Amino acid sequence: MEFFDNHKKLFGSALQLFIVLTVFVAILPALNNQENNAPLPNAKPLNEDEVAGKNVYISQGCVACHTQQVRNVDMDKVWGSRPGIAADYANMERTDLWRNTATLMGTERTGPDLTNIGIRQPSKEWNLLHLYQPRAVVGKSVMPAYPWLFETKKELQEGDVEIIVPDEFRKNVSGKIVATKEALQLVAYLQSLKQVELPTGKPAPEFLYKKTSSENPKEKGQLLELDGESLYAQNCQSCHQANGEGLKGAFPALKGSPIVLGDDIELFVSIIMLGYDARPEFATMNGVGVDNNLSPEEVTAIINHERSSWGNNAKEVSLEEVKNILNLLEITAKK
Amino acid sequence: METTNIFTESGILITITLIAIPIIVASILLVLKSYSIIRKQKYEKSKKDYNEYISSLSAKELEELEKRQAEIDFELTHQELEGNAEAVDKKGLLHNIKDVNELRFVEKKKKSQPRPNIEPGLTKLILWYLGCATFWLVFGTTVGEYLGIKFAAPDIDHLSWLSFGRLRPVHTNSVFWGWGSLGMLGLSYYVIPRVSNVPIFNLKTGYHSLILINAAVILGSISLMAGINNGGGEYREYIWPIMALFGAGVFISLINFLKTIAKRKTREIYVSNWYIISAIMFLLVIAIVAYWPTWQNGLGETIIQGYYMHQGVGMWFMLFSLGLMYYFLPQQLNKPIYSYSLGILAFWAQILFYTLIGTHHFIFSAIPWWLQTVAIVGSMGMVIPVVAGTTNFLMTFNGSWHKISGSYTLPFYLIGIIFYFTGSLQGTAEAFRFTNLVWHFTDFTVAHSHLTMYGIITFMLWGFIYTLVPRLTGKEPPQITVGAHFWLALIGLLFYTVPLMYGSTLRGLMWMDGKPFIDSVELMEPYWLWRAIGGSLMWFSHLLFAYNFYIMVSKNKSESLLLEPKDIIAMNKKSSLTANI
Repeated sequence: MEFFDNHKKLFGSALQLFIVLTVFVAILPALNNQENNAPLPNAKPLNEDEVAGKNVYISQGCVACHTQQVRNVDMDKVWGSRPGIAADYANMERTDLWRNTATLMGTERTGPDLTNIGIRQPSKEWNLLHLYQPRAVVGKSVMPAYPWLFETKKELQEGDVEIIVPDEFRKNVSGKIVATKEALQLVAYLQSLKQVELPTGKPAPEFLYKKTSSENPKEKGQLLELDGESLYAQNCQSCHQANGEGLKGAFPALKGSPIVLGDDIELFVSIIMLGYDARPEFATMNGVGVDNNLSPEEVTAIINHERSSWGNNAKEVSLEEVKNILNLLEITAKK
Repeated sequence: METTNIFTESGILITITLIAIPIIVASILLVLKSYSIIRKQKYEKSKKDYNEYISSLSAKELEELEKRQAEIDFELTHQELEGNAEAVDKKGLLHNIKDVNELRFVEKKKKSQPRPNIEPGLTKLILWYLGCATFWLVFGTTVGEYLGIKFAAPDIDHLSWLSFGRLRPVHTNSVFWGWGSLGMLGLSYYVIPRVSNVPIFNLKTGYHSLILINAAVILGSISLMAGINNGGGEYREYIWPIMALFGAGVFISLINFLKTIAKRKTREIYVSNWYIISAIMFLLVIAIVAYWPTWQNGLGETIIQGYYMHQGVGMWFMLFSLGLMYYFLPQQLNKPIYSYSLGILAFWAQILFYTLIGTHHFIFSAIPWWLQTVAIVGSMGMVIPVVAGTTNFLMTFNGSWHKISGSYTLPFYLIGIIFYFTGSLQGTAEAFRFTNLVWHFTDFTVAHSHLTMYGIITFMLWGFIYTLVPRLTGKEPPQITVGAHFWLALIGLLFYTVPLMYGSTLRGLMWMDGKPFIDSVELMEPYWLWRAIGGSLMWFSHLLFAYNFYIMVSKNKSESLLLEPKDIIAMNKKSSLTANI
């Protein structure tokens, strides 16, 4: 056939077919998305430090292991309160002439998703220590350590942020370990990663593939009650550690803690829900309960796990008691 | 969605079926073996009965037997036909006479055929390409091996240039643009002029292209380690000025090839050239779309990323390697391709469906739902070119299966073709929405990309290189190290991928159950260790490959054995000439 024997016609038409398809499945959708898209009204643009921190995030290649996207499937609920939408990425532009836009959505979750890390783990002290040596706070972590974002100094100068590193992780280090500007900027960027609330009245897209469990809600409540250890691991463990002993100079021990073992359940619940900053020798605790939308059942399960583990032996707290306190605190548990 | 009945999901079922194919073949072998054992036992019993019977023969029967024995014992002198004269092969009809007097630990495979009429200049160019490719293979997989070790020992070093996030793209990009691309281009510098039946248009351009591409990979690797990258899209980590060098290198080779084809002496354009030229043209389109430095804000970046990474794999590597396969496979089997038309069907179907599937890496993400659906449909359409291609290759093999055991190149071809089938269809199954729930974001993707980029592309390239280089240089690699290379690479790949796929499935199910994330990290530990072990075997096989390549091209001749009569005569004539002077 003449068509097949003429290289101009043959290669020309193959190229045309490919270009036409490219225009329709890639170029037009991409253009459409970048033109017809505006950031959400509540979205805050990154400040100077946060932009610099994002550049540190890019240059260290964090995207190799961390995604920044909440898919509209039920299993992704742990990473954000609603699925991601195109507007979430609308204010991202090319980094500069040389480097492409960094949406940092990622394709691998070797480590956790970071879309909402600014709400889930906002503690600066925790983040700095975790960057210096992840295994100092999360024993099973396989994340690389980033000691080059820190320097050692003999004397602290004004404005220096020192991090307290457990002895076993500061071998061959003499002096004080101080965060560099890059480390502080990176943490500022991580703290800025928060899902933006949709404008009021606008329904969020639904999470798909819900667990259509046969269990009725009552049973579900009981199940969650049994899940205290796993809830503790998800919400508390990265600071207070699996052995409940915390980390010296950063996060207090729950083992033998008067608050955990005491009778002032109101204080206990309020710390979990709203955070705590009463003791200068320790880092500030954020309102884990409110930030992570913990339900009364979940709070009860965590409290009872803490009161009965690591040699702690205090009497069980009832769901009713916690619910009453939550009402008192005027916290409407959303779940 | 109940997690307990994942076995009703078609995507999972297809994957299990694909993994099951080799296992089923092994089971069939097992059944046949046990059947023969049973039969043998039955036979033993009837032998016993027979023995009982013959121990009680009558005198007359014995007499008959003795007579028969005398007849059987009759012998000829063994010289009735040949006489006593010396054997002579006056017409030179006997070749390749096998010597049975040596210990055959390694079976003797067919030697490669010398092709005398290749210009030495072109030979040199091709060897440079393949040599650089081999270097990048060893470099890239050394980096990959080190990355695999980091999962088991995250504190093995604390240097920013060697940290995981920076080194990972160094591994992927150097095997992509260094090993795979240079290997394919080098081989096409042989295939394109040969099937066009003309010399290459311009040899020098070939070197320019080689230098540009090497420069891109060197600069790219250094800049990535220094922390300068494009912002995170996979295989798009080099910044555009560096990728422009690569693009320019490929572009000048494209012009070179087109000019070669334009003055071809054959009327038709052989199907290899369809695939190869299209792959090069498409790569340039893909690179320009993805790297044009003034657009892609917001999610536009992600849509283009999905398009780019998948077209890079499917239109550049896959299309190119298939083109090379359409030349080398018939040539190695010494028969025409089974169906030219199937090759053409697969060609157009690949362009049509493959272009659509890019966004299947971002299923359930914020990109438009219709685009995700198109990608899934396109992924299913990929069954057509994959089945057409596999059928074509296997039917070409048909009738020549016996050649595999006698060749050190064909096993590489066969493994490449099998993985082309299972790896590509696995990709289709992974694109289904449910399988995406379980496997997306896990190391299943890593296993899949190694089954394809390594199982398909790399195995095919090895087969082609072992075919071509001995023809160019007249030197063959030692069979034992080629065999060791093949088996280490194949077993290593299976150790790498199978545990990783199993562990990742468990991890995905764990996420669906809402278990704490760190538990899923702990779960992966043994599977990551298996990956490092498999990776080590693969890496060691690459050292053997590099050694084999060195043997095939090394110039320092050891004392050569002259076995051919004409060589011995020539040597004698030469020495008598020098003696006369």
